[in-house]
Amino acid sequence: MRLSAVSERRIKDGGMEAVMFRNRAIQGFVIVLLCLLALAGRYAWLQVVKYEEYASRSESNRVRLQPVAPARGLIHDRNGVLLAENRPAFRLELVPERVDDLDRVLAELDQRVQLDEMDLEKFRQAYGNARRYQPVPLKFRLSELEIARLAIDQHRFPAVQVTPYQSRHYVYGPMYAHLIGYVGRIDEADQARLDRGRYAGSTHVGKTGLERNYEDMLHGAAGLERVETHANGRPLRVLSSTPPEPGQHLFLTIDHRLQEAAIRAFEGQSGAAIAIDPRNGEVLAMVSLPSFDANLFVSGISRGNYAALLESPYRPLFNRAVQGGYEPGSTLKPHMVLMGLELGLRRPGDTVLSTGQFRLPGHPQVYRDWRSGGHGRADARRAIAESVNTYFYQLAVDAGIDRMSDYMADFGFGRPTGLDLLGEGEGVLPSRDWKRAQLNQPWYLGETVIAGIGQGYWVTTMPQLARATAILASGGRDPQLHLLRAVASGVDAPERMHDAGPVGQVPVQDRAHWQLVVDAMTDVVHGASGTARAVGADSPYTIAGKTGTAQRVSRREGRSPQDLAQHLRHQALFVGFAPAEDPRIAIAVVVEGGGSGSRTAAPLARRILDGWWQLQPPQP
Amino acid sequence: MSRRRSGTWLGFDPWLLSAVLLLAGLGLAILYGASGGDRELVLNQAARFGLGLVLMVVLSRIPTPWLMSWSPWLYLLALVLLVAVAVMGVGRGAHRWLDLGVVRFQPSEIAKLGLPMMLAWVLHTRPLPPSVGTLAWLAVLIMAPVLLIAEQPDLGTATLVACSGLFVVFLAGLSWRWISGLGLLVATAVPVIWQLMHDYQRSRVHTFLDPGADPLGQGWNIIQSQIAVGSGGLTGKGYLHGTQSQLQFLPEHTTDFVFAVFAEEFGLIGVIVMLVLYAVIISRGLIIAARARHTYGRLLAGAISLTVFVYVLVNGAMVAGLLPVVGMPMPLISYGGTSAVTLLAGFGLIMSVNRYRRGPGT
Repeated sequence: MRLSAVSERRIKDGGMEAVMFRNRAIQGFVIVLLCLLALAGRYAWLQVVKYEEYASRSESNRVRLQPVAPARGLIHDRNGVLLAENRPAFRLELVPERVDDLDRVLAELDQRVQLDEMDLEKFRQAYGNARRYQPVPLKFRLSELEIARLAIDQHRFPAVQVTPYQSRHYVYGPMYAHLIGYVGRIDEADQARLDRGRYAGSTHVGKTGLERNYEDMLHGAAGLERVETHANGRPLRVLSSTPPEPGQHLFLTIDHRLQEAAIRAFEGQSGAAIAIDPRNGEVLAMVSLPSFDANLFVSGISRGNYAALLESPYRPLFNRAVQGGYEPGSTLKPHMVLMGLELGLRRPGDTVLSTGQFRLPGHPQVYRDWRSGGHGRADARRAIAESVNTYFYQLAVDAGIDRMSDYMADFGFGRPTGLDLLGEGEGVLPSRDWKRAQLNQPWYLGETVIAGIGQGYWVTTMPQLARATAILASGGRDPQLHLLRAVASGVDAPERMHDAGPVGQVPVQDRAHWQLVVDAMTDVVHGASGTARAVGADSPYTIAGKTGTAQRVSRREGRSPQDLAQHLRHQALFVGFAPAEDPRIAIAVVVEGGGSGSRTAAPLARRILDGWWQLQPPQP
Repeated sequence: MSRRRSGTWLGFDPWLLSAVLLLAGLGLAILYGASGGDRELVLNQAARFGLGLVLMVVLSRIPTPWLMSWSPWLYLLALVLLVAVAVMGVGRGAHRWLDLGVVRFQPSEIAKLGLPMMLAWVLHTRPLPPSVGTLAWLAVLIMAPVLLIAEQPDLGTATLVACSGLFVVFLAGLSWRWISGLGLLVATAVPVIWQLMHDYQRSRVHTFLDPGADPLGQGWNIIQSQIAVGSGGLTGKGYLHGTQSQLQFLPEHTTDFVFAVFAEEFGLIGVIVMLVLYAVIISRGLIIAARARHTYGRLLAGAISLTVFVYVLVNGAMVAGLLPVVGMPMPLISYGGTSAVTLLAGFGLIMSVNRYRRGPGT
């Protein structure tokens, strides 16, 4: 029907209207049916055709895989003394999806729990990357007072969780800070390199030292729980679980008692010391002083504490024991003598006249002995015992830099020892190639002369000195230096010895040459004119050693010695082993700003060796 | 003709009455499941159903002529209250409620019934199909409450009220040419409406068009609702075993999205049974309308029946992800008092028409 067809005023027609209405009702009902059919079709599409997809999405909605962090392996010394353990603690976490106003929540939390800037910075970083339902740690190791404060106001903070966890604890705080290192909060850089699966649920990772080096063994692998969860992430029940694989326990080569003795021996001075067993390369003690409390870093060091450590002139964060580069000075002389003998440049009885001054023919430069007026005629043994520079000047010139650096390379100078700690320095073994590569300059003869007394370009590290000394002590045997002695998979599981690697051997031409050097080193400590005779007088065991005094050098640090205060410019060094006739310990010691080797380093080394001697079973 | 004919029971249409009662009973059972066994919530709803059923029975006993004579006054009352709500209403963000001290209610609910009654009253005395002048008059009558409700803002109810009015006009024989013209007009008006919409309404449309863009925020409902429906499969997960709702992944699972819970627990078969039940109610309403001997009754009963259909279609389509989220309940299943009472009252009006077929004279 058309409206336009009706022009004049109409009157109602009941019959016609009834028919029309019926038509309209039918049309309407048809439309209704079609729409309902279409709707049913849509439900059929979702529930039949797409059923599989939605069923699995519903299932994954319901079930969440919840990681379970593994317990980190414990670290013991060689005798089972616990050095690094896990302690139950509580951390404060926020669940992003339950946070309405982050700034407000943080401000209110700050009134109850002290939040450090560093905590907040790391938190915000992690918060930005986290999934909405994943709790983000805000503060670790809450105090009981803090936990109580949070518990009282819990209803005000729906997003806040106080979660129990295992916190790393270093039993002896600063004693092993440079050796064991510490774990710290996983940051963005860590996240990029770590396996997400193994580290699911973990908040910490080894950052430095052995914690970093043996991270793989210590960490273990995360377990998984299939948890039915509420939409807000609240776990309802565990459907099934795969337990985490706990980390392995480490047993170090370190003897805690000797480590204590070594630290005591420094009497508050700065420096470093390494003690190793020359028979197998085990590191018995390793010290870098001053140190810091590694526990500070575990739960996030405060900005103030960190600044104090960074700015301290004594640089406690610097690991002198592996990263420090030191001019070896006279401690290199035993090796020089051995080179002269072994290469046939000198016979044991050959003497050199020390007048106090040495000149190269045609050169004005004067090279001095430490004793003005000189030592007179000195043979090989006396050259070491009294540290006669002239002997070595001439020897270096006779050998030439090429033979010298080749021979010294056999003892491991100029490259890391391969100790199982990251960041070990390389040192510098002077050679034509090295100078060409580093400075793009030719080699001068004068440089050979001072290289002969361990000066000039020479840089060595503590592990290198200890290793080279151990090689002397053991007739050329060169075992790999290492800190890990054994591992165990459980507390009661048997220890499995750790294989440190093959034992090297420095070529030996004549055993007598080596014995002569050992005897000369024994003279240093026990001889009538030895430079360290003051410390050897009352020793119940024989010590073979060599003192050294050198300018402080550290190319790594980018400073020249002139930047330092006068008293810091000299390092006192001592290398040695004991007992001289059957060496079971070799040590290298450096004391920063320590004056001379004989006055400072040698007595310090004696104190360490005494500490070791007390640990030895009574002699038959 | 006698008031009681064979096939009626106390003047009620047995099909309509039993379908409504069945639906109300099922609605309570579904709500019990969807709320996770919340007895208090179900008792609340049952109390409202009780009130609605009383209203339904009372209205069904009132002679249609009386109802007709009240129509303009009811319409006027609705308008006045809508204006009052706009001026002094209370509500969360949207002004929808009128607080009368004892009861709080939405005047828009009165408009849902008042508007079709008013239009049917206007058309009752005029020749059908309506003339252009009448149509213009009807348009004004429809626009007034619809705009007031849309301004609250409550797009769902505004749509419903507009539909209830338009259905009257449709049933009054508006020519298809006009209908298509109107459709065209709406289509061209969409950009204008878009401009007038509130931000939250626009974001709902955005979300509907691309729920994946913000899966944890706005898109969450749409995605979770479809997961609930789809994972129900053919036969459903079983009563009280819908994980989506029981574990609270599905928000609004007792109100707007209750049908998703139902679809999850009872599957496609349950959905079809429910749609058939609604179809029975609608068809019964239309049959009653067609049998009525007077224009007022026909138009009123027909329009109310078709309005029930709009509820079902819009809510069903929204739950299935075919329409954006609009606040429109599933009749007698969604939790929520006022709309259930209004619906039952509407059925009361249809029953009155059924009872007083002869109706008032023209």
